[in-house]
Amino acid sequence: MTSYRYDYDVITQWIEPGEKVLDLGCGDGELLRHLMDVRQVQGYGVENDPDKLLASVNNGVNVIQMDLEKGLVGLEDGFFDHVIMSLSLQAMHNTLGILAEMLRVGREAVVSFPNFGYWRHRQSILNGRMPVSESLPHQWFNTPNVRFFTIADFDALCEMNGIAVRERLAFDEGKLVLDEANFLASVAVYRLGRNG
Amino acid sequence: MIAPQSVGVVVPQRAEFTTPLALRSGGTLNNYHLVYETYGTLNADRSNAVLVCHALSGSHHVAGTYADAPHNVGWWDNLIGPGKPLDTRKFFVIGVNNLGGCYGSSGPNQINPATGKLWGADFPFVTVEDWVESQARLADRLGIERFAAVVGGSLGGMQAMSWALQYPDRVGHVAVIAAAPKLTAQNIAFNEVARQAILSDPEFHGGHYYAHGVVPTRGLKLARMVGHITYLSDDSMAEKFGRSLRHGRNTYSYDVEFEIESYLRYQGDKFAGYFDANTYLLTTKALDYFDPAFEYGGHLPAALARASADFLVISFTTDWRFSPERSREIVYALLHNKRNVSYAEIDCPAGHDSFLLDETRYHKLLSAWFDRIEV
Repeated sequence: MTSYRYDYDVITQWIEPGEKVLDLGCGDGELLRHLMDVRQVQGYGVENDPDKLLASVNNGVNVIQMDLEKGLVGLEDGFFDHVIMSLSLQAMHNTLGILAEMLRVGREAVVSFPNFGYWRHRQSILNGRMPVSESLPHQWFNTPNVRFFTIADFDALCEMNGIAVRERLAFDEGKLVLDEANFLASVAVYRLGRNG
Repeated sequence: MIAPQSVGVVVPQRAEFTTPLALRSGGTLNNYHLVYETYGTLNADRSNAVLVCHALSGSHHVAGTYADAPHNVGWWDNLIGPGKPLDTRKFFVIGVNNLGGCYGSSGPNQINPATGKLWGADFPFVTVEDWVESQARLADRLGIERFAAVVGGSLGGMQAMSWALQYPDRVGHVAVIAAAPKLTAQNIAFNEVARQAILSDPEFHGGHYYAHGVVPTRGLKLARMVGHITYLSDDSMAEKFGRSLRHGRNTYSYDVEFEIESYLRYQGDKFAGYFDANTYLLTTKALDYFDPAFEYGGHLPAALARASADFLVISFTTDWRFSPERSREIVYALLHNKRNVSYAEIDCPAGHDSFLLDETRYHKLLSAWFDRIEV
């Protein structure tokens, strides 16, 4: 198994025992394995990378091969209790499309992403270099990320598109950040719902 | 980990059944026999049995070779054996020739016990469900209450799926590979062309060609040729043959000119030399009839509600005869029922035939899946 990620603890808190959970970009299935073990969820991962898909099968996790850029066609409205996307939203082109799809097939969506507005990232840019950090571990020339956005950007996107932010927790490399999250947090985890 | 090995020399076995088998078609087989092969050893708990179901032209000879025919290698030999994905050090693997087949089980080319003559066209129509029923009786005979897994590709995948529906308590895992929950109209259409080729061969004699000492080889050859086109992808055919000309130029004749013609004729002739035309007819009909959702108003999720096995569904990107879309229907229907299911779409250029190849990702996935099965 790869290293345990701290956003997993937050996500786990938001999941009730026995829920139906969909994890988009599930990687090797580590989070789902964890949720199956501690929350007894009926979990499904979605992955389009054959090596990661194989790793998920090795971990005994249900995994469906699907290209998320094409949405979640075939999955039923409101079927899942939670649809999770952990540290993958920044690597998708169709940002709004996938958010809409997550809230179509799930009662709630859980999204975590690296905060490009984190002070160390800002400092790096001021020094003239693209940021490389624990939450943005790649170099500019090999990053899988295609969308670079801040917590403030994401809040605005939700506001504009009728997405309800039910809860947000922000972290500075593992430590909870209570104030000035857009400046002090490297990663944010959101619990989202549909307005109304 | 050991280097993959062959299961070695195998010997087919035969089981006789005298309890009548009622068939979906309304017919009954009062007594019948099945030929089968096994690889590996049934464990003391009888919990490590895996049934491998064959497709249209397959047989019970799934792995290994015969002492008197060392080049007759089983049709899925690359999957089964010590150190292979379906590892016979762990599993007890069974291959059965389906009823109506032409490799030794009761079928058109076998003796009808009631008449003492070959069945020929009088052999009753058999369905996927009938095959599963007969396989379950063989399992009873072998003392296997529950299969660790039932696996199959194409028509074999349909049998694996049907196992999960007919005997949900008797199968723990099901692998449905390059299959579909039912054939499309286009797919049935290809089968119909194949059947018409056989039925219209003057040497078919209403299916009683054995009595006339002839074989409708021309019809069977045509049937195989049209089938073969659909098992390959446009790309693989283009890459393998392109527009290559045997003589390097047009000869303005109906002899072989393009290499693809040569290939299809060769495949057709070869097949017509060993396969039985009546079996081809029966088996394509079994393919056409398979539609577990039919009695549920076409609602596949309702049909699959009975299944309790853990599923692995695999499709191949270039398979247009059993396309990935058809496999996804199975996946979504299982998901609807909150069943455990994993699904992979293997990028392989070889079309429907991909499921028989030892493509690395495909076999790694099967290895991982079989490794997780507790016996």
